[in-house]
Amino acid sequence: MIQASGLRKQYGATVALDGVDLHVRAGEIYGVLGQSGAGKSTLLRCVNLLERPTAGTVTVAGQDLTALGGRELNRARQRIGMIHQHFALLSSRTVEGNVAFPLEVMGVARGERERRVGELLELVGLEGRGKDRPHQLSGGQKQRVGIARALAGNPAVLLSDEATSALDPATTQSILALLKRLNTELGLTILLITHEMNVVKSVCDSVAIMSRGRIEESGGIADLIRTPGSRLTREIFPLPEPAPAGSVTLTFTGDPSQPVVSEVVRKFDVDLSILGGSIEDLAGGSVGRLRVALDGADSGAALAYLRETGLIVEVAGETA
Amino acid sequence: MTWEEMLPLLWPATVETALMVGWSTLFTALLGLPLGVALVVLDRDGLLPLPALKSVLGFVVNIGRSLPFIVLMIAIIPFTRLVAGTTIGTAAFVVPLTVGAVPFFARLVETALREVGTDVVQAAQAMGASRTSIVRKVLLPEALPGLVAGLTVTVVALIGYSAMAGTLGGGGLGDLAVRYGYQRFETLLMILTVVLLIVIVQLLQSLGDWVARRLTHK
Repeated sequence: MIQASGLRKQYGATVALDGVDLHVRAGEIYGVLGQSGAGKSTLLRCVNLLERPTAGTVTVAGQDLTALGGRELNRARQRIGMIHQHFALLSSRTVEGNVAFPLEVMGVARGERERRVGELLELVGLEGRGKDRPHQLSGGQKQRVGIARALAGNPAVLLSDEATSALDPATTQSILALLKRLNTELGLTILLITHEMNVVKSVCDSVAIMSRGRIEESGGIADLIRTPGSRLTREIFPLPEPAPAGSVTLTFTGDPSQPVVSEVVRKFDVDLSILGGSIEDLAGGSVGRLRVALDGADSGAALAYLRETGLIVEVAGETA
Repeated sequence: MTWEEMLPLLWPATVETALMVGWSTLFTALLGLPLGVALVVLDRDGLLPLPALKSVLGFVVNIGRSLPFIVLMIAIIPFTRLVAGTTIGTAAFVVPLTVGAVPFFARLVETALREVGTDVVQAAQAMGASRTSIVRKVLLPEALPGLVAGLTVTVVALIGYSAMAGTLGGGGLGDLAVRYGYQRFETLLMILTVVLLIVIVQLLQSLGDWVARRLTHK
């Protein structure tokens, strides 16, 4: 749905994007994770050409946006929704007026506009607030207006620029739940950028980790979790690094109620002490990561057994 | 002087001032608003970046603002004659008043428009809005309280300018103050003129503040 290749963006001598390739499949929620200054905001703004890349192409829904200009680009943008960290609502307009704005831009007739605004406000759970002014709303409600506005043109793609970063944790979760629902119900493809791992964990199907203008790692979350040594796994489950020599790190992706650890201890002549670990609920299910020290004659056999049961086993000191 | 002598002097002078200021405010708004919009839109990071043209406009605006009004008024007498057909009388002075106030108001328009956050402008761009739509539907409505405040300041400045116009044959309260207060030592009439000007300015400022407040939704 979104395909970016070889994206470079330079501001004078500063390189904001240094050869970025991005592939977002239709219907998925794709997160770009990185610290501020990593270039993720520039990347997002290159997708709808708010920033024109110095080199590279961006294709959205089969259309090469980098080849467009003026009126054609504006028409293409009407099919790409965008939500913003600080909501970017017009204070001179009511909630209804804000949602109607993109419809006016598209030249939708007044009657149709009113009908559509009503529909959109209902979709985001703001029925009855149409006559309010943005400043009368809470942050979460403002972002709902932003989402309704972004969906006005029935976009195939929604771009989210740190949409929950200005919100408290509970509101963040409710906005993420709304995005997830729109993704499922409308088949909306969402590309979001964030610096919060929590956002990636809660809603994303795929992720790209950015740093200094490059994508360091990208792919489906489930795949990355199963990749030994992946940066995503290390960031989701912060265990002390580097792992002590000889320690074993186990990643569980299956049914968390399986008593794998106690089985190992019963079956093999090993002692097992837990050094650290945690379980996280990801969009695809629960994933646990456990660091243990294995001791005893059967350690080798025990590790082989663990690998057999489908766990990802990383032994410190061994290269994966 | 008695009330009976003063009233026939004060009333027509007030009307002349009101006419001069009223018409020149109208023309200033009509010319200064697009000029102020141009100063913002043509800027390097504006909607239609033409920095060279912007520099030229900015230079012209600064010339207008660097001349004291009384000098400007005399300097453009040929232009005034060309536009108004005459150089004396209340109507003729609408020309220099407008020329003097347009650059002033344009700068205030520029400032007010710059107060509009870049985030809402970019949001509108992301929605595929054309430049004209962004100016008409985003920049101007969002800046409206600031524009009203700027117009209020301009009206008050025009009242000041109009008093100088009075000394060169434009009539109005300034003319009255010079002829009766300065040349004939009519202290009471002078005081009344001063009080009248203060009251007018206060009323206009309060009205402008009230309108700007009504338009602010923050």
